[in-house]
Amino acid sequence: MNLHNKAEKNVIWLAVLTLITVSIGGIVELVPLHTIDSTIEPVDGVRPYSPLEQYGRDIYIREGCYNCHSQMIRPFRDEVERYGPYSLAAESMYDHPFQWGSKRTGPDLARVGGRYSNDWHALHMIDPRSVVPTSIMPPYGFMADREIDADGYAAHLEALSVVGVPYTEEMIAEAEADLIAQATPDADTRDLLERYPRAMVGDFDGNPDAVTELDAIIAYMQILGRMVDFADYTTEDLIQ
Amino acid sequence: MTASVATASVGDQLESHAGYNEDVIRLFTIASIFWGVAAFTVGVFIALQLAFPVLNLDLEYTTFGRLRPLHTSAAIFAFGGNALFATSFYTVQRTCHAPLFGGRALALFIFWGYQLFIVMAGLGYVFGITQSREYAEPEWYVDLWLTIVWVCYLVAFAGTLFKRREPHIYVANWFFLAFILTVAVLHIVNNLAVPVSLLGTKSYSLFSGVQDALTQWWYGHNAVGFFLTAGFLGIMYYFVPKRANRPVYSYRLSIVHFWSLIFLYIWAGPHHLHYTALPDWAQTLGMVFSVMLWMPSWGGMINGIMTLSGAWDKLRTDPVLRLMVVSIAFYGMSTFEGPLMSIRQVNGLSHYTDWTIGHVHSGALGWVAFISFGAIYYLVPKLWKRPELYSLKLVSYHFWIATIGIVLYISAMWVSGIMQGLMWRAYDSLGFLEYSFIETVEAMHPFYLIRALGGILFLLGALIMVYNIWRTIRGDIRVEEYRPEPVAPAATAAAE
Repeated sequence: MNLHNKAEKNVIWLAVLTLITVSIGGIVELVPLHTIDSTIEPVDGVRPYSPLEQYGRDIYIREGCYNCHSQMIRPFRDEVERYGPYSLAAESMYDHPFQWGSKRTGPDLARVGGRYSNDWHALHMIDPRSVVPTSIMPPYGFMADREIDADGYAAHLEALSVVGVPYTEEMIAEAEADLIAQATPDADTRDLLERYPRAMVGDFDGNPDAVTELDAIIAYMQILGRMVDFADYTTEDLIQ
Repeated sequence: MTASVATASVGDQLESHAGYNEDVIRLFTIASIFWGVAAFTVGVFIALQLAFPVLNLDLEYTTFGRLRPLHTSAAIFAFGGNALFATSFYTVQRTCHAPLFGGRALALFIFWGYQLFIVMAGLGYVFGITQSREYAEPEWYVDLWLTIVWVCYLVAFAGTLFKRREPHIYVANWFFLAFILTVAVLHIVNNLAVPVSLLGTKSYSLFSGVQDALTQWWYGHNAVGFFLTAGFLGIMYYFVPKRANRPVYSYRLSIVHFWSLIFLYIWAGPHHLHYTALPDWAQTLGMVFSVMLWMPSWGGMINGIMTLSGAWDKLRTDPVLRLMVVSIAFYGMSTFEGPLMSIRQVNGLSHYTDWTIGHVHSGALGWVAFISFGAIYYLVPKLWKRPELYSLKLVSYHFWIATIGIVLYISAMWVSGIMQGLMWRAYDSLGFLEYSFIETVEAMHPFYLIRALGGILFLLGALIMVYNIWRTIRGDIRVEEYRPEPVAPAATAAAE
């Protein structure tokens, strides 16, 4: 109690003791995540997002989709059957910020890529109730009318490389061209697919004349969960 | 020991000599009420959006995704934040018997700087400028601005503690100080980001994936632990003894409560990430510490409620005290439910469902808002030098209408959350998943209506408060049958 008497009478003591007390838990939990190698078990296929996918991800963040959609499948029988193989840490290693979410007012999106056609997505984003009559999702028709702003998008990839996403100089140099090419029918996308394997290319939003925000958000939806080919892995491979 | 317990009342006696800065407290009180009504209104609106999606209005600015952060930030940072500024500045001056450090200029800068933060954050969400980090949505430039304002807050608060004319630092101030310091640390670390351009709004977080997830929930859970708990416990430790005119129940328990609460809370973040790709050891740590957290939480609850020892009869006659005591009861309930939900297997059911939303609201509406309403009802007559509130009967109406609202809200969310969790994992006799996702959405519709009704009642209660406060400030007194005796300032010290 004498010791406490000191803290009660000295602001500096009180402040320093408080800071030490509140720091311990955070340090013990956060620091090892950056130092223990097995935190992220490497898997083949995880790559940085293509410029169009990242642009779509920026829109996903702008619209606050995380308020209703998770991107984290838990290792439960029902979730694996409903959504696909449970999520691995490596699959979000280039997600700045992470978008695992905390609420499923709508379904999980971690493996939504490839489950629906581009046309379905376009209809669903413009008017969700046209394809799911009892959906409570807001409509996002304005995305179809808004062309993407490719000018200067390379700066986004540069910022991402500063925080650790391994974009190469070539990827950054080609960023603005790739951004347009991925959603342009008949564009030469061989180099793009070399840089970003398994990326979906072509028109996404049903409007081949313009590259819109709707193209970008659908391109992002369509890569979610598709980078890793789970045919290459068995459950045993994934157990640590 | 008695000395520091009694300081709470000494301040009032010497009020006229100390030159307390009450202007800024009046501003923060008005701001808290204003933003509270705004937060509840947006809350009702987005609750109705989930029941009737046409209310998204087919505009990009009014989608649920953009408005929900507007609701959460308005409730936590605008309503709760302004209430904390008002009560902490009131408490620290009186218990230190010293005027607010830094003078009027610093106080006014903190007030207007904080309102600017709120407006910049809120406009950002509506226009799509967000980090999409829960409860830390404001972008980098808003975060930097808040950091400046927050450091000024620390200077004003700690400076007043330095200049105090009382030997002891009163217990409420420990909680306020821990809240200010810890929120600063959390805010800075969680918002580390690299802007795309210094002239643009967009940034990318420093951390990614699993590390980012734990950083965010270390922040997120301690926004609850330090912003919404430690800060409001500071309110409890000053305003409940003052209103009840009784000393804090146990001084020793306050000490144990304070240190164990701030030590344990910080570990609890990983319980938001059960069964995710976060390593198991971190999940287990988060769970174990969350369960342990039950003890200091209930220690604090007991300390608050038992402060009424010898004054229980006041609950019958003083609706302001009733608001405060019921808020502590809600605190006890949510801090029991929280550890329960942090157990991994329970969380497997509750996570991603409305159960979490209900849990948050039993804390936010029942605890945070009710203790704030109690403090506001206590403060306004003192700040505007009125003998009493315009009407205690209206306080009583506010209390009952809001309480019914909370009960409707949280019961609806319990049912819809547990129902949805069970529907997701239901199998039919052939071994197939029984429900498609959209069927679980349809099943929630009636509960979304009940929840919205609960929200409307809560908002209605707040509007009654606005009327009551407005009449009080005008100097009106309603003729009512019962008025509790005016609080005698020296009685707290004498009772000890």
